[in-house]
Amino acid sequence: MRFGMSRVTGAALAILFLFPLVWSAWASVRTPSGFGLANYQRLFTSDNGIRFEHVANSLAVSAMTVGGTLLVATLGGYAFGRFHFPGKNILFLLTLAILMVPYATILIALYVLLGWIGLQDSLIGLSLVLIMFQLPFSIFMMRNAFEAIPNELEESAQIDGCGSIATLVRVLLPAVRPGLVTVSLFAFLTSWGEFFAPLILLNSTDKFTMMLAVVNMRTATFGAIDYPALEAGVTFMAIPCLILFVVLQRSYVRGFMSGALRG
Amino acid sequence: MTMLATRAVEAEAVTPRRRSRRRKQLIGALYAAPTAFVVGLFFLVPLGLVAWMSLHRWPLLGPPSMNVPDNYTALSDDKLLSTALWFTLKYTVLVTVLLFVISFGLALIVQHRFRGVAILRTAFFLPAAVGFASASLLFLGLLSSEIGPFGSKLPSVSSSPTAALSSAVGLVLWRFAGFNMLILLTGLQAIPTEVYEAARLDGASWWQTFRSITLPLMRTTIALVLTLMVSGSLLAFDQFWILTRGGPDNSTTSLVMVIYRKAFIELDLGSAAAVSVLLLVLLLIVSVVQLRVLRRRS
Repeated sequence: MRFGMSRVTGAALAILFLFPLVWSAWASVRTPSGFGLANYQRLFTSDNGIRFEHVANSLAVSAMTVGGTLLVATLGGYAFGRFHFPGKNILFLLTLAILMVPYATILIALYVLLGWIGLQDSLIGLSLVLIMFQLPFSIFMMRNAFEAIPNELEESAQIDGCGSIATLVRVLLPAVRPGLVTVSLFAFLTSWGEFFAPLILLNSTDKFTMMLAVVNMRTATFGAIDYPALEAGVTFMAIPCLILFVVLQRSYVRGFMSGALRG
Repeated sequence: MTMLATRAVEAEAVTPRRRSRRRKQLIGALYAAPTAFVVGLFFLVPLGLVAWMSLHRWPLLGPPSMNVPDNYTALSDDKLLSTALWFTLKYTVLVTVLLFVISFGLALIVQHRFRGVAILRTAFFLPAAVGFASASLLFLGLLSSEIGPFGSKLPSVSSSPTAALSSAVGLVLWRFAGFNMLILLTGLQAIPTEVYEAARLDGASWWQTFRSITLPLMRTTIALVLTLMVSGSLLAFDQFWILTRGGPDNSTTSLVMVIYRKAFIELDLGSAAAVSVLLLVLLLIVSVVQLRVLRRRS
């Protein structure tokens, strides 16, 4: 009885959760005379809308964030999961502490700091900050993934004469692939949709990411808001995320759950 | 004497092994170096810098000068700050309670395997794949009378403080319930099924089982989820910046919005840093209290 009830409730709730997404896609192609791409045309041609460089900027920031996070978290996860060295526990705790010190509170200081090192209003500076915010989750994930590899696998590679780098690349990386997928997807979704960090760290409109450009359509207009073009922007940015998520869902959820479980 | 001798022999045998151990330590430290660099330069330095900045008159352009403790004393009679502080606390309690109940409910619904359960899980989680700022823009259109499906049946977002607050809460529930459901689901599935079977044999009702088995065994997962919810809500920005613009009459202005305003509208980084320090202290208190409560219970 209870079981059937909860299924019906579940189905009703699922429709409720999917409804806004479906509505947004529908509203983005709805025009006064029927259906069409007029809203997308306004999104890409109006003064405050998305320009080509905004798409390029978003892609660049996401690529740098995903690449940088993968590099730092793989090496760090390898170090934390497979080696002992002085200061290991302190560094690990400090990395996790990034989660406890939410970034809105240190972004003002990061803005000043990036100015000092010549990275103000720069996509590279923004990516470095985004990589830092990804580290607690990614290092934690990768440490668990490297720890879970049986010792024999590593030892057999070393007997074959592999150094630590060759062991990492040839033997260990294939074994931690689910972790790498989870870390990449998480880094992509965050950097693609991030709003507050670029808002503070990027000043000139030609450096804007798509997210900033679309929000600008809402906040920079004093008159009426162009809602249909706004929904076109939302849909356009959501599509790559939804596709990636559905395609990689299995390993993402598995990686995520094994990470959270061990916490 | 003999003991000393054997020890000396052992020590000699150990030296090469110890050297290789030291080499291994060095390699490990090298692999951790990029992490140490990023954490040091982009986390520890800014953390110190924000405290240092709060002691200065620090204009957006131009040289800073020390002005202790003016930034802090100015905060005490800042009316917008105290409104924002109370609003943020109220919002945090409201969101944490509602989000926890709904996420737990979703996790219980999709806990067991049945046909279509994977579709339900995906449906609940899918909003989390959309950026939060995107989600805020989506709701701006969804709740508008211009193109929203509810037309003018709903009061407009900024017609009253209650309408503004409930729109933002609705948005947050939709965007984050699935994500928290997934974490809670992990905790639920870690409970061995034998425990439930034993309870059923003892004739325990669903509610008894839930209270005396499920909840206590999920203490760490619940603690994690609550911590994420509380710290996330204390830092609320996107939903108010985009959806309600902090209005009407600053009734939905959050603490982080005050930081942003002070820094980039009033161009006063020193005061913005002081509010950040205040927020950090607030979060520290929350974490300590949560740790205490958890310790006492276990």
